[in-house]
Amino acid sequence: MDELTRARQKACAGSRLSFDEALLLYRKASLLELGQWARAAKERHSGKNVYYNINRHINLSNTCTALCPLCAFSAKQGDTRGYILSPEKVAEMISRAMQETPGLTEIHIVSSLCPDTNFSYYTDILHTVRKLLPHVHIQAFTPAEIIYFTKISGLSIKEVLQHLKDAGLSSLPGGGAEILDDSVRQIICPDKASSAEWIETMKTAHSMGIPTNSSILYGHIETTEQRLAHLFKLRAIQDETGGFGAFVSFPFYPQNTKLAELYTIKPLTAWENLKFIALSRLVLDNIDHIKAFWIMLSEEIAQLSLAFGADDLDGTVGEEKIIHAAGAKSGSIMTRKKLNDMIVQAGYIPAERDSLYNIIKQAVPS
Amino acid sequence: MDITLDTIEDKIHSGQRLSKEDGLALYSSNDLARIGQLADSVRKKISGDYVYYNVNLHVNLTNICIGQCKFCAFGCKSSSDKAYELTKQSVLSRIAKAAEDPDMKNLHIVSGLHPDWPYEYYLDIIKTIKANFPLLHLKGFTGVEIMHFVKISGKSIETVLRELIAAGLEAMPGGGAEILDDSIRQILCPNKATSTEWLEVARTAHRLGITTNASMLYGHIETKEQRINHLLTLRALQDETGGLQTFICFPFQPKNTALEDSITRTSVWDDLKTMAISRLMLDNIHNIKAYWVMLTLPVAMLALGFGANDIDGTVGGEKIMHAAGVSSQKALSKNILIDAIREAGRIPAECDCNSKIIRTF
Ligand code: SF4
Ligand code: SF4
Repeated sequence: MDELTRARQKACAGSRLSFDEALLLYRKASLLELGQWARAAKERHSGKNVYYNINRHINLSNTCTALCPLCAFSAKQGDTRGYILSPEKVAEMISRAMQETPGLTEIHIVSSLCPDTNFSYYTDILHTVRKLLPHVHIQAFTPAEIIYFTKISGLSIKEVLQHLKDAGLSSLPGGGAEILDDSVRQIICPDKASSAEWIETMKTAHSMGIPTNSSILYGHIETTEQRLAHLFKLRAIQDETGGFGAFVSFPFYPQNTKLAELYTIKPLTAWENLKFIALSRLVLDNIDHIKAFWIMLSEEIAQLSLAFGADDLDGTVGEEKIIHAAGAKSGSIMTRKKLNDMIVQAGYIPAERDSLYNIIKQAVPS
Repeated sequence: MDITLDTIEDKIHSGQRLSKEDGLALYSSNDLARIGQLADSVRKKISGDYVYYNVNLHVNLTNICIGQCKFCAFGCKSSSDKAYELTKQSVLSRIAKAAEDPDMKNLHIVSGLHPDWPYEYYLDIIKTIKANFPLLHLKGFTGVEIMHFVKISGKSIETVLRELIAAGLEAMPGGGAEILDDSIRQILCPNKATSTEWLEVARTAHRLGITTNASMLYGHIETKEQRINHLLTLRALQDETGGLQTFICFPFQPKNTALEDSITRTSVWDDLKTMAISRLMLDNIHNIKAYWVMLTLPVAMLALGFGANDIDGTVGGEKIMHAAGVSSQKALSKNILIDAIREAGRIPAECDCNSKIIRTF
């Protein structure tokens, strides 16, 4: 049997793929073949359910010490676009979110590496949110931010996480992973957490019982091999810790980034995005959920991703500044009804979930 | 025997025709990638790896229309402040401007059913365009417009078509078919050609050696069964005449139409499923078009994996769909189309209005 046939059979049967097999499938298998295998894999993990979450995004600041060339969101210190939210302002936003969003289950906080803060600002923010919303899940701070906190506080990763946990943190988002390959990071984000630091933070969090997500930012200067190797690194961490709840792929939007000025970057197509979602579903056999972030992909492509292995459309999101700064074209407010419709039209069962994939409300299949 | 995707796949592979029941079974399945792959295998057999596009200019002579179809965002009364009529001069100067691009080879002319313009006016427009731009291919007038000409001229379908052909008409677009079911037409577009009339125009055109396209407007009040019946009606016509060149599905865009408040645009899931099912049911039509103006380019590109082998054209000047608030761009450069086709792993083929390949890339 030749290697491709073997790889096809393994993908179809749901056996674990090797790097070479994944690469071969990426190059040789058709989009719709990958989709069918990935959809079967999705159904093995989550049956007919497709999840979403009612959450609120808050970006505390945008002035950043890292100024990663990949980023369209950050501003230099002193830039007029720069902002930082005070705990009072955050309290106000939370109160508004509580009124506007019945059934809010998650506050999602990611921010820049802000030069004008000390570590206590972040624990203050968590206290503020926790006080207003004692039962809401707070998913906050990517490993890049955690590493930054270790620097401004002089504490270890573990100590930082412990302080945050004590202040009310529930889990970490999966961001900041970009491509876990330092030769790539050197170009796209030289001044933030290295691959080893990102991995160390995740492993530490998992060992402390703090669940996290995982991610990739792809479609910039990385090679196909680097893109796939990233998935295999995540799979190996997951084998060790089991702490990743979901994986989300962020297609790179070149618009408004330094990186796009320095390199000619061909924007990703929907074809490529769906193919990658399918492939990540197939490779990451030990991560339960694959998110199709509708804000990133557009509602249409997010719906189609349900035929390509995704099982989570993320949430109804308020005020997501980071992605829209980079020119994603989706609207920034989604409704439950729209999400339910998108899922039902695809023949699946909408499942409103909390941040840990416990089902809160589920439509009865008709 | 129960119909499943397996039994359908067996039929397809053994070259059997799909039945109405097969079509309905395909609709009730949500195994979208599998349906797409079946359609893709059929596409490969029927039309190979070329994807057609053309460099074209849309000319919509007027939007003043007696049709008042409920699904239309383009047509209006002459008293409306968006009403317009292009003069012959402005038609010519638009074409002249578009023809500065040496690749621009095709005109696509469809318009409202003007209450006052005489039939001779249309003949004259065609003659004038042909006289000024003898090298451009002229595709124009849907079955609905032809029936309108028949009524205002008192001539037969055949005579009208003969005269238009003599004036320079080379092909006809597929619009106006909507759903070929008079119970639906009665509700949505009672003032225009009936199913029988639309079919008769197509049949006559084919007999006179003019190829036409055919279309389906879906996602309004029709049932899945009516969609499948529509496809089977077209398949039967094609068995009879062989004159249908390309099939196009138009998802209904409710914005700015009389149905805006009661109907939301169907899903992209439905779009790709319908694309694939059309490819599977219409086993005798060579081309299935993914009209990017309605689908947006990313989805049209995906549709190339779901049975489509034509992505339409650069559509400079398109007005009808944009009146319905489609969010796609107004026109695309040829290079963007070529890139999208290549990225889908296929061969871009620039063609004329009769889907004859001019060159490949
Ligand atoms: S990606 Fe994050 S760390 Fe990098 S510049 Fe943007 S906000 Fe700062
Ligand atoms: S669909 Fe055609 S016939 Fe009907 S109102 Fe619109 S322009 Fe007129």
